[in-house]
Amino acid sequence: MNVNTSRRGFLKGAAATGAVLVVGLRPDGALAASGNPTMLTPFVQIGSDGSVTAIIKHFEMGQGPATGLSTLIAEEMGLSMDQIGYDFAPSNPQIYNNTLFGPMQGTGGSTAMANSYLQYRQAGAAARDMLLQAAAQAWGADVSDLSFADGMISGAGKSAPLGDFVEAAAALEAPAEPRLKDPSEFRLIGNPDVRRLDSAAKGNGTAMFAMDIQRPNQMIAMIARPEQQRATAVSVDASGAEGIKGFISAGVLPNKAGVAVFAESTWAAMQARNAISVEWDTSNAETRSSDQIEAEIRAALEAEPTYNVNDADVMAVRAAIDGADTVVEETFYFPLLAHAPMEPLNCTIEQTEDGGILMHDGCQIPTLPHGALAEIFGVPFEKVQIRTVLAGGSFGRRATPQADYQVEAAMAFTLTDRSRPVHLVWSREDDLRSGYYRPAFGHKVRVGLDGSGNIVGWEHRVAGQSIMKGTPFEAFAVQNGIDHSSVEGTVDSPYQIPMASFGLTDTEKATSTLWWRAVGHTHTAYVMEVMMDMAAVAVGIDPVDFRLSYLNGDGPDQQRKAAVLQLAAEKANWGNAPAGRSQGIAVHKSFNSYVAEVVEISGTAEDGIKIEKVTCAVDCGVAVNPDVIKAQMEGAIGYGIGHNMRDKITLTEGVVDQFNFPDYEPLRISDIQEIEVHIVPSAEPPTGVGEPGTPPAAPALANAIAAASNLRIATLPMNDNGASFV
Amino acid sequence: MSISLKVNGKTQEVDADPGTPLLWVIRDDLKMTGTKFGCGVASCGACTVHLNGEPVRACQTYIDDVEGAEITTIEAMSEDKIGAALQQAWVELDVVQCGYCQSGQIMSAAGLLRENPTPSATEIDDYMYGNACRCATYQRIRAGIQRAAEILEA
Repeated sequence: MNVNTSRRGFLKGAAATGAVLVVGLRPDGALAASGNPTMLTPFVQIGSDGSVTAIIKHFEMGQGPATGLSTLIAEEMGLSMDQIGYDFAPSNPQIYNNTLFGPMQGTGGSTAMANSYLQYRQAGAAARDMLLQAAAQAWGADVSDLSFADGMISGAGKSAPLGDFVEAAAALEAPAEPRLKDPSEFRLIGNPDVRRLDSAAKGNGTAMFAMDIQRPNQMIAMIARPEQQRATAVSVDASGAEGIKGFISAGVLPNKAGVAVFAESTWAAMQARNAISVEWDTSNAETRSSDQIEAEIRAALEAEPTYNVNDADVMAVRAAIDGADTVVEETFYFPLLAHAPMEPLNCTIEQTEDGGILMHDGCQIPTLPHGALAEIFGVPFEKVQIRTVLAGGSFGRRATPQADYQVEAAMAFTLTDRSRPVHLVWSREDDLRSGYYRPAFGHKVRVGLDGSGNIVGWEHRVAGQSIMKGTPFEAFAVQNGIDHSSVEGTVDSPYQIPMASFGLTDTEKATSTLWWRAVGHTHTAYVMEVMMDMAAVAVGIDPVDFRLSYLNGDGPDQQRKAAVLQLAAEKANWGNAPAGRSQGIAVHKSFNSYVAEVVEISGTAEDGIKIEKVTCAVDCGVAVNPDVIKAQMEGAIGYGIGHNMRDKITLTEGVVDQFNFPDYEPLRISDIQEIEVHIVPSAEPPTGVGEPGTPPAAPALANAIAAASNLRIATLPMNDNGASFV
Repeated sequence: MSISLKVNGKTQEVDADPGTPLLWVIRDDLKMTGTKFGCGVASCGACTVHLNGEPVRACQTYIDDVEGAEITTIEAMSEDKIGAALQQAWVELDVVQCGYCQSGQIMSAAGLLRENPTPSATEIDDYMYGNACRCATYQRIRAGIQRAAEILEA
């Protein structure tokens, strides 16, 4: 993916339509048709009281775009961070398109800053220039004599707050190419002291998440779902729930996917759902077990792959390996994983006075449910509104190609007379047991090395369940039958490995699959980095030096990857671990960012491992909010390590074995003692930070365990395969 | 059935079954949404509130057991010296990411600082073990508690 930096002319067009579609978003989420003149561009709203609001087109799941995109506006407008607020954009894919994966409004693939960096700076700069021009006209002064700082316009012997010029500025045409600040003028971009805009509200209980939406007279709906995927509801007997205080009704969803249980309160809905009895049709239900999924994947790894991903001369690669002095070989298996965001899935749906549909949702890709709702209710696209509120995490789960939970809410809503809003609530059990998992994957790799320790051949097979096939994303992500998300991070690795072949076989899905923080990189980085480590150890070369010898090309891809590797090694004092400690390292490029991590552990696999320290180096281009980037690395490391230490989703005859956190144990505070993050200074365009910290974490830990215990963990999670943790 | 609950110093009558978890009465009846639902089985800590000053999991605390007790939620913590120090530290260090678990984190942390004003990292880990954060903000939670301890000592 390339960042399209040519956005010429977008402001003009956007402003023309934006004034109608965006102006007047009331606090209750309804669009007010008004001639409010305060919208200069759809990305920033300025009130005549001088209040400046950044309109955030990406949803906030904790990864920081509310702060980040506001920073861009404030930077160009010369405001301090306490002079800007934010609001989430309404669903409008024309205006709020994600330029990297559109035409679609949405968040994912760590693209929020990459696709907004110029857009929001241009919006802020345009607003600044229009206000200056309006002031110049009002004062009969020359624009070049005026300056703009901290919300005040000054010059020509006068000074006035920006709010004084909003109305006049709104009548001006937005400049096509406003002057952007030179990076040497930045005060906020790159400033480590800039704080998050949402910290205070999230620390005092006032932050409004989707779960906190309580519309007047709303009902709670919970869904009784089948234990096995593709089973369907035939009928429901709700007599058992009739004595439950607050129970309203229960009905089979129109698409037969489950039974909606309506109640006056969440607790009543939970109790009633337990009390009803549902007749299920299991004739088409999934009955496979995860053992069968694993067996199928392992068998696929032993056969010739369906796809030759890099058009390699596989026979030549194989011959090179067969003739090598040393051959290193390993077969890997990665289980299904659930996302388990802290806030269980939920959303609220209601009918507006004009017969339209309004949904309140921590919405990751608004365009998908937007289209689905229009279709289900037979209303024009314009009569559907999606009000995005804070999301309590996602890690990918709040975006499904099928808009699964939003469609479920809509299906439930169709069972009602639509006079009352319906708030659909999932329990943690619903979350863990209802599919959309990181798919199970297997890899088999053979690496041949010559007498000097050089790689002479690398044969790599991947098998698993495609995420993108059969979804609207297929056209974008699947080429020549190859789902790129199955192999990303292998065939496109910056490592310059000679004689490499990459093969892929799709295996049948026994459950629904979904992107999970860092998508394919969650397994490919593990395989690449454990294999590099095994190869280095086999030929007696330091793992950092070994990797660097495949990154010594002139290309920026190699140089940037090498630089983070060296920085992490240096900061971790690589090779000089204190007595009783062992280190492991991994480096990986994903979402156009480069991250290296050193994990330092004490103990052994047998007696119990403690993760003492993780040292991280990241190159994500211009570091807009350095402290947010550090936080994302810290969190992504925890996400990568926690699941690979001890989590898996398994099926027995199609039924998920796990129920809740006690058997899908989250990372806990005591699991990692310290994380240190270093950011490589860069003038390159900003790239992803939400996901790239995850891929190297688990392989770095695995390599540290191997260094401590001579245990190579190739089947995850680690605690099922020889490692214990304290 | 009507039950009288004293939440954040204010006594309120609630019409709910005695076996209703306190969490749902706070959220759905009293309309105070700062206390969060995360798991319903007391294994994530998102619903932590104080019962007579002690942190408890509201999802596994039933209202007929807490009649007459002093119940405190995140909404009242800025009035509490320890709560205010924690909130200040949370902002200074930008502890939050998604933020959904943080009410519970602060409620538990306040319980810790009340019984141990200067906890070590290990003591923090032991006490806070049951409060899950899926964003893994743990290192900042640890630092935030230590910063709040400093603020309170000053």
